[in-house]
Amino acid sequence: MTQQTGNSFARALWRTEGRQGDVIPLLQAAQEAYGYVPERAMEEIAGVTGVPVSEIYGIVTFYKQFRLTPRGRYVLKLCDGTACHVNGSQDLEVAIEDALKIKRGETDTELLFTLEVVNCVGCCSLAPVIMVNDETHGTLTPRKVTTLLKKTRTEAKSS
Amino acid sequence: MSRQLVVGTATCGVAAGANKVLARLQQVVAEKELDVQVTETGCIGLCYREPLLEVRENGVRRLYADVTPELGEKLALGEESDPVVAKHLLRTDDGADADGTLRHQKRIVLLRCGFIDPGSLQQYLDTRGYQALRKVLRMKPAEVIDEVLRSGLRGRGGGGFPTGKKWQFVAAQPPGEKYVICNADEGDPGAFMDRSVLEGDPFSVLEGMTLCGYAVGADHGIVYCRAEYPKALVRLRAAIEMAREAGYLGENILGSGYSFDVHIKEGAGAFVCGEETALMASIEGRRGMPRFRPPFPAVSGLWSRPTNINNVETFANLSWILLEGGAAFAAMGTERSKGTKVFALAGKVQRGGLVEIPMGMPIRQLVMEIGGGVAEGRTFKAVQMGGPSGGCIPASMSDLPIDYENITATGAIMGSGGMVVLDDTTCMVEVARYFLSFTQAESCGKCTFCRIGTKRMLEILERITAGHGEPEDIDRLLDLGQKVKQSSLCGLGQTAPNPVLTTVKYFREEYEAHIRDKRCPAHSCNALVNYVIDPEKCNGCTLCAKACPSGAIVGERKKPHTISLEKCIKCGRCIATCNQGAIAKV
Repeated sequence: MTQQTGNSFARALWRTEGRQGDVIPLLQAAQEAYGYVPERAMEEIAGVTGVPVSEIYGIVTFYKQFRLTPRGRYVLKLCDGTACHVNGSQDLEVAIEDALKIKRGETDTELLFTLEVVNCVGCCSLAPVIMVNDETHGTLTPRKVTTLLKKTRTEAKSS
Repeated sequence: MSRQLVVGTATCGVAAGANKVLARLQQVVAEKELDVQVTETGCIGLCYREPLLEVRENGVRRLYADVTPELGEKLALGEESDPVVAKHLLRTDDGADADGTLRHQKRIVLLRCGFIDPGSLQQYLDTRGYQALRKVLRMKPAEVIDEVLRSGLRGRGGGGFPTGKKWQFVAAQPPGEKYVICNADEGDPGAFMDRSVLEGDPFSVLEGMTLCGYAVGADHGIVYCRAEYPKALVRLRAAIEMAREAGYLGENILGSGYSFDVHIKEGAGAFVCGEETALMASIEGRRGMPRFRPPFPAVSGLWSRPTNINNVETFANLSWILLEGGAAFAAMGTERSKGTKVFALAGKVQRGGLVEIPMGMPIRQLVMEIGGGVAEGRTFKAVQMGGPSGGCIPASMSDLPIDYENITATGAIMGSGGMVVLDDTTCMVEVARYFLSFTQAESCGKCTFCRIGTKRMLEILERITAGHGEPEDIDRLLDLGQKVKQSSLCGLGQTAPNPVLTTVKYFREEYEAHIRDKRCPAHSCNALVNYVIDPEKCNGCTLCAKACPSGAIVGERKKPHTISLEKCIKCGRCIATCNQGAIAKV
């Protein structure tokens, strides 16, 4: 949690008008800043909007976007939409699990990779697809995924 | 006019490497000071051949497919006669495309998608953009609604409710604060129509919303868009800024005295928020849970004010309708379903992509002629329409013309336009299990039958695919399915059993094979197949033996290997590693 990233959430808190409708955008700002929604952020949001923390916690757990634990530097979104599913997304999942030793929803110990399984990233004609952060990779095979992960890891180490 | 190179940079193009092509083009053009203009465009629709690059010169357009940075460089330098380059030519200006994908299409919603630069308001204006708005601002709101009623346009989000009627209800409410919401929470797995429209032609959606606002008397619009569509959000934000600056949004639009502005709300990932009352709860900052209707949103919607909700494709149709007239739109399609429909064609089809066809086209024509059918050696088995709320229509019924009533009669639904093609390697029980696992996880938990009933149905399907099905299971599924449909408040629960009910209806023998014979006819369910190595193809490279986590594969180096059925845990790692294609599921 660097000074700079924390500030973008702080700015969002300052700018808000503090209505009930601002709760979700504020949670999104917190997650954008920290990579997850820390307990402290929920308390801050409760403070400015007047919505009880318990209700905010209910909102956080209702929507899939929000996470309560930190994530890795690279978030792998393995698409399991219909087209990807019938084109072998399960095989990709096995390959990723083997390569990173993490299961869906987990983050590796170095905080480098997080594996998430998502419903559909909307690139169905390139199925099966995974997203590495905001970059989409299509027509994958278990082997291509393994290569992709190796390349990403090397990139991370060198930067 | 100088030479123009246009690269398709929608999400699927980028996934296939369009950004690298674009970067190389810009570099080459700058270095060699070429008289070439490099621009971007949205989804061209031929996603199976991405990245795509169009060369425009002297009014002639030539489309190149599977473009690499090297090929792009050659095109920038004008080396089009190079035989390597010529091989990638997919379509010339006279409309003759190499494989017929575009021949049967009719473009209204996708008119500009893949043609104009979505980041340029000028190009939108050059292609008759905002002319409908100029015309409408001189009409009375009631006349606008009449025109929409005449077109017969029905909601493209899946429900198929007549758009003009919906507008009438909202317009009939006493004046005051009213809202127009664009539902861009495209959550169906297997659907990407709305994403493509937002990425490829965001102004058409904004114009549609403005037209609607004028007709129903609303001055505030909200686009509720999935956060999973980062590129769509970026383009939409930019479009709103540009439209505001040019006076197409904001106070006193084009000097007419009418004011309308649009804001974006990012969804936070909940499928149920595609349901209108849940969507509004989410905008209000609460858990996205549906509520009982009436009151309908037209009477009491967002912040308890009259609200009109339409989806992206519906809005994108409107500028065409109001410019060309409702009658022109109603001249296309079938008796009760007018106009065109955009489909996201995907799955086991050769030429997946974004297509727009007139209503009434038989499913077979869409799959075979536009989509190019399934891979060679495979058999077309069914199409899945409408995502988790829809169902599977068998190939034997594929002469059915596509319209709302016909599709509903099969037990599927039109839905928002996801069409996933399935072939003989797809197990229908597994497809049903897949969709139910989706809806079960996405149920908001408010209605008991949706919350618990889908869970019980999923457990039954899981046990059938695992080879532990019981003879009574099919009846249990049918019974529970009916009850879930009848006892759920919103569309999610009311349609959740559809994938199961339709597959039982049309593919009962597959269920029976799983339950009675413990066999998966499609060789797809892992628990019911055996892995074997073909000794003819195996070259003894030992890759599979190294990959096998249970030590089930044995054999000498450079000699055919074998799999011990007792030890095999059917994880599929050996197939994934084999270079020779020597391992099969039987």
